[in-house]
Amino acid sequence: MADPIGIEIRNLYKIFGPNPAAHVEAVRAGMTKAELQARHGHVLGLRDINISIAPGSIQVIMGLSGSGKSTLIRHINRLIEPTAGEIIIEGQNVVAMPPEALRAFRRHKTAMVFQKFALLPHRTVLDNAAYGLEVQGVPEAERYRTAMRWIERVGLKGFEKSYPSQLSGGMQQRVGLARALVNDAPILLMDEAYSALDPLIRYDMQTVLLDLQKEVRKTIVFITHDLDEALRIGDRIALLRDGCVIQQGSAQDIVLRPADDYVANFVQHVDRGKVLKVASIMVEPSGAEAPPEAAIDPEARVADALQKMAVLRLQSLRVEAPDGRTLGHLPFQAAIDAYTGQQGAR
Amino acid sequence: MAWLTSFPQLDDGYLRDLKKVIDEGFRNFTRSYGDMIEGFFSPLQTLLIWSERLLLNTPWPIILLVVAGLAWGASRNWRVVIGSVLTLVLIGLFGMWDDTMKTVSMIFAATLLSIVIGLPLGILMSRSDRFQAVLNPILDVMQTMPSFVYLIPVVMLLGIGKVPGLIAVVIYALPPMIRLTNLGIRQVDREVLEAADAFGSSAWQKLIKAELPLALPTIMAGINQTIMMALAMVVIASMIGVQGLGQPVLRAINNQYFTLGVFNGFAIVGIAILFDRISQAWGKRLQKHREVGHG
Ligand SMILES: Nc1ncnc2c1ncn2[C@@H]1O[C@H](COP(=O)(O)OP(=O)(O)OP(=O)(O)O)[C@@H](O)[C@H]1O
Ligand SMILES: [Mg+2]
Repeated sequence: MADPIGIEIRNLYKIFGPNPAAHVEAVRAGMTKAELQARHGHVLGLRDINISIAPGSIQVIMGLSGSGKSTLIRHINRLIEPTAGEIIIEGQNVVAMPPEALRAFRRHKTAMVFQKFALLPHRTVLDNAAYGLEVQGVPEAERYRTAMRWIERVGLKGFEKSYPSQLSGGMQQRVGLARALVNDAPILLMDEAYSALDPLIRYDMQTVLLDLQKEVRKTIVFITHDLDEALRIGDRIALLRDGCVIQQGSAQDIVLRPADDYVANFVQHVDRGKVLKVASIMVEPSGAEAPPEAAIDPEARVADALQKMAVLRLQSLRVEAPDGRTLGHLPFQAAIDAYTGQQGAR
Repeated sequence: MAWLTSFPQLDDGYLRDLKKVIDEGFRNFTRSYGDMIEGFFSPLQTLLIWSERLLLNTPWPIILLVVAGLAWGASRNWRVVIGSVLTLVLIGLFGMWDDTMKTVSMIFAATLLSIVIGLPLGILMSRSDRFQAVLNPILDVMQTMPSFVYLIPVVMLLGIGKVPGLIAVVIYALPPMIRLTNLGIRQVDREVLEAADAFGSSAWQKLIKAELPLALPTIMAGINQTIMMALAMVVIASMIGVQGLGQPVLRAINNQYFTLGVFNGFAIVGIAILFDRISQAWGKRLQKHREVGHG
């Protein structure tokens, strides 16, 4: 497997309608989605998206229904043509690729899991999973071998001769996942890939993805509605509303400092104690007081820190890096504030 | 006020001249290009003669066996097999075996030709809205124009015989093949095509691996309709020299042989039902994967 590759999305606009190019200037100048719809009958899909996805990282995209998540992810392999903007992958602008190059790019660089499965109904699970390799012209024996491996990995062994219509929604979704993984592409596009799965299998599949990520680092764009899922697997999260990115950053950033009420609403039900890390809320050591006796790891969660303070009956912990350096202090009050969401700490 | 009660038509003399000019033109065209066009269509002659010989020279028990085998292979249903064989046996007993074989060979050639022409046209039609807009009215004309009208130019060009008969049948039977191919491909789920694209399928791979298989039930319905319409043309085609079950019917009309007409009429109905059941059963069996639950 080659080195992981990054994705650079720059000034991306998408307007749906008969004559999108005519309205892109108006949208640039600030026309809202509602205005565009009412005055010109065009739908604003995406507005000025700038996201830079590091090689080998997992970028989560969240947002309410209709906020443009699927539209955005389809631009990365150009299933949708943008109205303006560019997408740079390995120094190449995907938007400007001629058809032949685009096809090669889709075959070898990307694989996609679809929100609505999009399996070929007339093909067996095995033939669906092997589709990407078949299109590439890989010989049958080899592609079946690879496909079988992934079918087993997603827990569908024994179903390889079934047709999609004979499987439950969650099983079909796993076929879609296997189909994408069989391609072994450096970029994995997952549009609500796990939404149809029940919680247990969903957790399993998250683990498959994270394990896979340890073996071969892929660059993954992952759409989900589920914040816990986002926090578990996402290195970075971008929040979309009405086609705009309203906040992007690490999970810590977004939980601690939501940009507005929309984001705050998204994160309000999250278990902050289990998400927030000590490092994100610690304070500078103030020379005045004596340093606290007990230390805690900066990567530890706030809930663990509170527990420790309660057990040791301490008002504060020293935050200590694995190499023994003191990075800061964690006062009880700051931990409680962060835990209850009273205020952005620091 | 005479102009209100009788429609103000073009001058009689002018109309007469117009018809004459067109007729002359077409006749001249026929005279100069007739041979060339006949040459162009001669492969059809070969196809027709070959398929007719095949059916007439094969011993009847073998034909019965083949039909039974086809019926079984297509339907896996004994009732269809028995019905098919029984139909043919009755036709044979009533002395219409040879005529039936001639008709079947004609239907076979017409269906084959309709598929060969109709499938690509239907695919093109599904690709381009503009082509669809052009082709649709032409198909309407082909389907609604009384067949006698287009028999005239066909006969002028190619004379009387099998080939002009075949062409007349195909003109009539082709539209459903084109239309249903177009419809079937246009109905294929967009999401599935998107997935095919996402994995880098070429246009050809997408057509072969996704569009045609998914459109197949509709295309099969098109083939079925084409066969039925071809059978409906048997009698008319016999007027320009196509042999088979149509000719006795024609003779029966001219001489008022009621029973002859009825026998041959039922033979046509019999093979129509036979074709219909076998091709529909086959179409259904191709859709096995759709049978069980879920979406
Ligand atoms: N082909 C299209 N033509 C017109 N409008 C479209 C088209 N595709 C998407 N849209 C619009 O773009 C917006 C974003 O749609 P999109 O499917 O990207 O939402 P989403 O965030 O994926 O939602 P969900 O969570 O329901 O999947 C919606 O307002 C939708 O109506
Ligand atoms: Mg979506």
